[in-house]
Amino acid sequence: MAEVKLNSVRKIYPNGAEAVTPSSFHIQDGEFVVLVGPSGCGKSTLLRMIAGLEEITEGELMIGDRVVNHTDPADRDIAMVFQNYALYPHMTVKKNIAYGLKNRKTPGDEIERKVAEAAQMLNLGDYLDRKPSQLSGGQRQRVAMGRAIVRDPALFLFDEPLSNLDAKLRNQMRIEIKALQRRLGVTSIYVTHDQVEAMTMADRIIVLNGGRIEQIGSPSEIYHNPTSTFVASFMGAPPMNLLDARIADGTVQLDGGAHVAAAPNGKTGPVTLGIRPEDVKLDAAGALHFDIDLIEELGAHRLLHGKVAGQPFTTHLLKDVTVEPGRHGVRIDPSKLCLFDTTGSRL
Amino acid sequence: MKRAGFANTWLPILLLIPQLSIVAIFFYWPALEAVQSSFFLQDPFGFGSTFVGFENYADLFGSAEYRKVAWFTVIFTLLVTFLSLAIALLLAVKADTILRGAKTYRTLLMWVYAVAPPVAGFIGVIMFNQTWGPLTNLAGLVGWDFVLGVKFNDTAFAMVLVSVWKQVPVNFIFFLSGLQSFPKSVREAALIDNRSASGRFWDITFPLLAPTGFFLLITNITYALFDTFGVVDTLVKGEPGNNPMTLVYKVYVDGFRGNDLGGSSAQSVILMVLVLVLALTVFQFRLVERRIHYT
Ligand SMILES: Nc1ncnc2c1ncn2[C@@H]1O[C@H](COP(=O)(O)OP(=O)(O)OP(=O)(O)O)[C@@H](O)[C@H]1O
Ligand SMILES: [Mg+2]
Repeated sequence: MAEVKLNSVRKIYPNGAEAVTPSSFHIQDGEFVVLVGPSGCGKSTLLRMIAGLEEITEGELMIGDRVVNHTDPADRDIAMVFQNYALYPHMTVKKNIAYGLKNRKTPGDEIERKVAEAAQMLNLGDYLDRKPSQLSGGQRQRVAMGRAIVRDPALFLFDEPLSNLDAKLRNQMRIEIKALQRRLGVTSIYVTHDQVEAMTMADRIIVLNGGRIEQIGSPSEIYHNPTSTFVASFMGAPPMNLLDARIADGTVQLDGGAHVAAAPNGKTGPVTLGIRPEDVKLDAAGALHFDIDLIEELGAHRLLHGKVAGQPFTTHLLKDVTVEPGRHGVRIDPSKLCLFDTTGSRL
Repeated sequence: MKRAGFANTWLPILLLIPQLSIVAIFFYWPALEAVQSSFFLQDPFGFGSTFVGFENYADLFGSAEYRKVAWFTVIFTLLVTFLSLAIALLLAVKADTILRGAKTYRTLLMWVYAVAPPVAGFIGVIMFNQTWGPLTNLAGLVGWDFVLGVKFNDTAFAMVLVSVWKQVPVNFIFFLSGLQSFPKSVREAALIDNRSASGRFWDITFPLLAPTGFFLLITNITYALFDTFGVVDTLVKGEPGNNPMTLVYKVYVDGFRGNDLGGSSAQSVILMVLVLVLALTVFQFRLVERRIHYT
């Protein structure tokens, strides 16, 4: 178990592309950190630099109290779970799990014990003598997990480990991985582009965009207090509503003149107003007019899609309230409002 | 899956006739002729032939010379196959690390494959030319008085060298494609699991290359046994003398130089049986291979 420190770590690929701009963060011992961002934002690159599979162009990487920039992957005391599982196809499940231990000169009986323990933890007992090609996707995923946990590493690295599984299995494995990590208490870095995984699993989320860290924070901070329109629209399903607005006469006004809230001191001009769908209430006396076009039935709740002041808007409605498409008044909780400047940064 | 069928039974037969007749004319017919003439003693001047039963075969198995050639063929085949595969594998593993994705180099490295065996043999003759051949001179530098076509071991050495040189590129390309077709992440997982590069090679790379390796093993044995004819021919220039030769070359020398068609036919029948055995082994291994095939 260990802390991980990145000090202005940067990656420029040989073709000149800067995949990760100088980035710094500090992961606490035992923490579960999720790197999230859209495709191509540099998540895998960052993770692979930590694993030692990709050279670090600049900056310093520490795992525990060692600088490991030039340490072999095998000597970094890490274990990694890959998106396509990366099992050794010619080895049985048992050998796959034991391979890393064998190469670390672990005594035979200890290997046996650890493999049995991991197999029991992951429900793999019946499959130990099978080859990976004889397993389902979910079972392969478990073998990959087993291979990581038997090693008792200081750090787990996951690169989109669940993205090849179907939705149901993904939910189940998500919970299992999280529970396992809690139990073992191993510091973990988990890469995903799925914001639901990020929200549900993370102690802390690092949102990446175009090779840059947009925001670091707990899931609730990221969700309720996004520091940019990028984070606001990336996290949450459906994402935060973002409306063009302006500040004039000390209030935030939508196009068409509806007054939404009191403006922060000293600001004027165009802004972007953000509000989470669940922070909007239907209220006939509300100041805003919501033209509902489409109602999405999700069982536990409904999503209402339409337009406010001519701009796309979504709200969230509990199942016991009924509503028809058409114009409705809505009310926004001013304390839940986020305002962003024209560059997309939080005011 | 739905099978497409022909309404007319004659059409498929008609379509197969060109292929079948080529096989019949150039393979089955000569093969039958060979079996037949292996039981006869041909008059060297072409005046008739006498039925001698298995005498030609008995002569062969009794002949010290034939056994010597057979031994040489075995050693030659083992050496050529082993060296071609080992050198190609070594080069492929080294190249793989730098060539990831660079397909143009692969094509460039492939060119020796396009050299016909006699031409390869001829290049060997030039390289080992008695007065100015660079390889003869190089051998001279280390005190090796290399005489191609006169000293048995020197000629054998040149034969192996040229045959290996000719075969390495093909093997290299196959091994390299094999290596480059492994998922990158498997290699990376191994990098985390095992710090020793040679350990990773023997535990992961080598077993994963087994299907490719097996295929190459068979093609290389076939190559060393049969396709090296051109190389041997150019290097010994049809002058058997004290020179090493392979069984296939001896068929030619005895039949067309020695005019012993009966004995030569018996030799080719033995070779046919050998090929048949080899083919059956391959077939059997293909069943095994299905087990070592991974997806
Ligand atoms: N070997 C490479 N050489 C050059 N550029 C690369 C290389 N690998 C990745 N890149 C580039 O670096 C950027 C970041 O890639 P990376 O694989 O880290 O993205 P990612 O966030 O993991 O995306 P995804 O969610 O699709 O996996 C991309 O723009 C990609 O094109
Ligand atoms: Mg990735």
